Amino acid sequence: MTKRLFVKGNEAVAMGALEAGCRYYFGYPITPQSDIPEYISRELPKLGGEFIQAESEVASINMLLGASACGARAMTSSSSPGISLKQEGISYMAGSECPGLIVNVCRSGPGLGGIDASQADYFQSVKGGGHGGYHIIVLAPDSVQEMYDMAILGFDLSDRYRVPAMILADAVIGQMKEGLEPHSYVAPDDLETKDWALIGDGKAGEQKIIKSLYLGDGELEAHNNHLHAKYAVMQEKEVRYEGIELDDAKLVVTAYGSTARIAKTAIRLARKEGMKVGLLRPITLFPFPKAAFKQCKRDGQRILCFELNNGQMVEDVRLAVRDVEVDFYGRAPGAGSLPTPEEFLAKIRSRYEA
Amino acid sequence: MSTEMKKVFSRPDSLKDVQTHFCPGCQHGTIHRLVAEAIDHFGIKDQTIGVASVGCSVFLYGYFDIDVIEAPHGRAPAVATGAKRVHPNRPVFTYQGDGDLAAIGTSEIIHTANRGELMTVIFVNNTTYGMTGGQMAPTTLPGQITSTTPYGRDVTKAGYPIKMAELLSGLDGVAYSVRVAVDTPKHVLQAGKAIRKAFETQLDGKGFAFVEVLSSCPTNWGMSPLAANERVGSEMIPYFPLGEYKDATGE
Amino acid sequence: MNHDVFMAGFGGQGVLLIGNLLAYATIMEGNDASYFPAYGVEKRGGAATCTIVMADKNVGSPVVGEPEAALLLNPLSMEKYYDRVRSGGFALVNSSLIDDDGSSRDDLQKVLIPANEMALEVGDSRLVNMIVLGAYLEYSKVVKMETVKEALKVVLPERNHRFLPMNYQALERGADFCRQALSMK
Repeated sequence: MTKRLFVKGNEAVAMGALEAGCRYYFGYPITPQSDIPEYISRELPKLGGEFIQAESEVASINMLLGASACGARAMTSSSSPGISLKQEGISYMAGSECPGLIVNVCRSGPGLGGIDASQADYFQSVKGGGHGGYHIIVLAPDSVQEMYDMAILGFDLSDRYRVPAMILADAVIGQMKEGLEPHSYVAPDDLETKDWALIGDGKAGEQKIIKSLYLGDGELEAHNNHLHAKYAVMQEKEVRYEGIELDDAKLVVTAYGSTARIAKTAIRLARKEGMKVGLLRPITLFPFPKAAFKQCKRDGQRILCFELNNGQMVEDVRLAVRDVEVDFYGRAPGAGSLPTPEEFLAKIRSRYEA
Repeated sequence: MSTEMKKVFSRPDSLKDVQTHFCPGCQHGTIHRLVAEAIDHFGIKDQTIGVASVGCSVFLYGYFDIDVIEAPHGRAPAVATGAKRVHPNRPVFTYQGDGDLAAIGTSEIIHTANRGELMTVIFVNNTTYGMTGGQMAPTTLPGQITSTTPYGRDVTKAGYPIKMAELLSGLDGVAYSVRVAVDTPKHVLQAGKAIRKAFETQLDGKGFAFVEVLSSCPTNWGMSPLAANERVGSEMIPYFPLGEYKDATGE
Repeated sequence: MNHDVFMAGFGGQGVLLIGNLLAYATIMEGNDASYFPAYGVEKRGGAATCTIVMADKNVGSPVVGEPEAALLLNPLSMEKYYDRVRSGGFALVNSSLIDDDGSSRDDLQKVLIPANEMALEVGDSRLVNMIVLGAYLEYSKVVKMETVKEALKVVLPERNHRFLPMNYQALERGADFCRQALSMK
């Protein structure tokens, strides 16, 4: 039997990253994610890696850019206000096609926000966040095990497409402790040597340039079309979601991350009451599982979206299914308490009966 | 009598055989050349990583035949830190202007210097934002007219020119901090020597090395190349004195 | 198997420690568990609560609105959380500090346990948490006492292993008390 550990989500994401071969971490302290730099500052030196507590979030994302440009697996982690500061660097990474892992253990609300669990950063994460009209890969783990697994997946996807990857979590997923089965990392066969990067001791032949500035006639347009073509391929090939009891469901609940965990119990309770309810949990928030929602539409299923915000992902669900009615129930960030399965069950009941 | 001539002047190997986009009389070309000569001198062209900044120096990769990463505005020292940690054996340098390094990138330069990162920073101070069109820079001299100080820089409101070479010399992580100019042949020679030493400091693992180079910007100063060059000596050097502000390289 | 328990007290009563221990022991036995802590902003003396959900596999929500069981260690916790315990559930009330005897409800099993006095009898007032954990194990049988003892060995740093016997004794005393209390009903 594999050894099962009992760790926090924040530690799991750090462990997964190191297992995936991440040897460079750059960050700045902020609650509720400080377990990540604390774990990594302890473990990375043992692996011969480099940990830098940077002077700012801005500096740390740019250190990540530099390390990534040199072909290394590298990461940063932060929480909402810190992620806002990093947006400049994320935009440059997207523009200059530098992969890398960014973990956001989200805070609640605008400005300084609170440290309650919240999903207030969905828009910022999936709609680009910084300037210029780009996307990054956004993964939403709903367990400690997935924090580990998605750190690894995040690096693989990020390297495959040369698109930065973000893990979007919150205080529930980050601070909760659960069982974790670590596993040895095996790089996917299709991951190629990063010939585009400044790898090795010196340049072999061609000069290598990592840049986002294209001034030649039509160059920038072509570059932007190239970026968006990659997003289209990802939309085709890299969508991930979990479906629970969807086949006979009359009502499909959708939620991601911590909210999905609460919804899972709510659905079990609803089934006990005889209601045909299923769960569609987006795991990749970008690319978004549009096709799965379109299937709900074909199957004539109603959709109910739960979020820990005032309604963000629900907009993408509505876009995916157009004229189908999508109900929403959310809690504003900073409620001080979390919604309970019983609370979700009551909403399911009222929508089911309506 | 032999008709063979000895070649005494040629393009450094580290520079590409291209025309620059710099304005007539701009001294970036001279400074590029001095950096390239230093790279040639140590034979590190194939290993060196340059980090370009935002402004006139963004086209570093167009002129230097070396690997280059383009950094966001002011962040070159942070980008270079990431690169250097991945490739501790490759020489890394940043090339930044005054707006980039001494305004928007103040935090990055100070902390990178303070960490004693093994890198070389070339800081070109021409008292203005060149590419953006001649706005006030942190190094704009008191009373100097720019497109955003049409009545001259009023130090009571806009503060004083920042003296970066002096400022950084106070940090323990800095091994070498110097200010040079390229307005006279003698100064060019001194500048070349300082830049060489700044690379040597890095190659010998002695610490962070900083070279501030005073430069002209005839276009944005509204001067002829000659008058602009003259101004470096008459106005800039008195305010920004040349010299080594720190040399902890043990020589 | 599908159990959940909510624990609440003030910081320093060791609520988070036994929550951790219970979840860890559950995982050691090959089942699944989640441990979700919530505590006040204060480093010391604030409110400390945690929820542990245990299942054969796939714990659903780590958050529970109406817990199956609640361990209430101080008056504020009793006031705030007693009414939330699921009908037919179990409440363990630290009667050393809580005057309320829980008589407002008769739809659940309740055990009033003088945990502070019992801890002192064993030899250390800090053993309150082990007393109540022992009592909960007796009620729920969710994990074996032996597994919890093993888990404690792992959780406790080597240098503190000399305190293990005392902790074991507190766990046993809590279990004994609960067994007697439940058999009298």
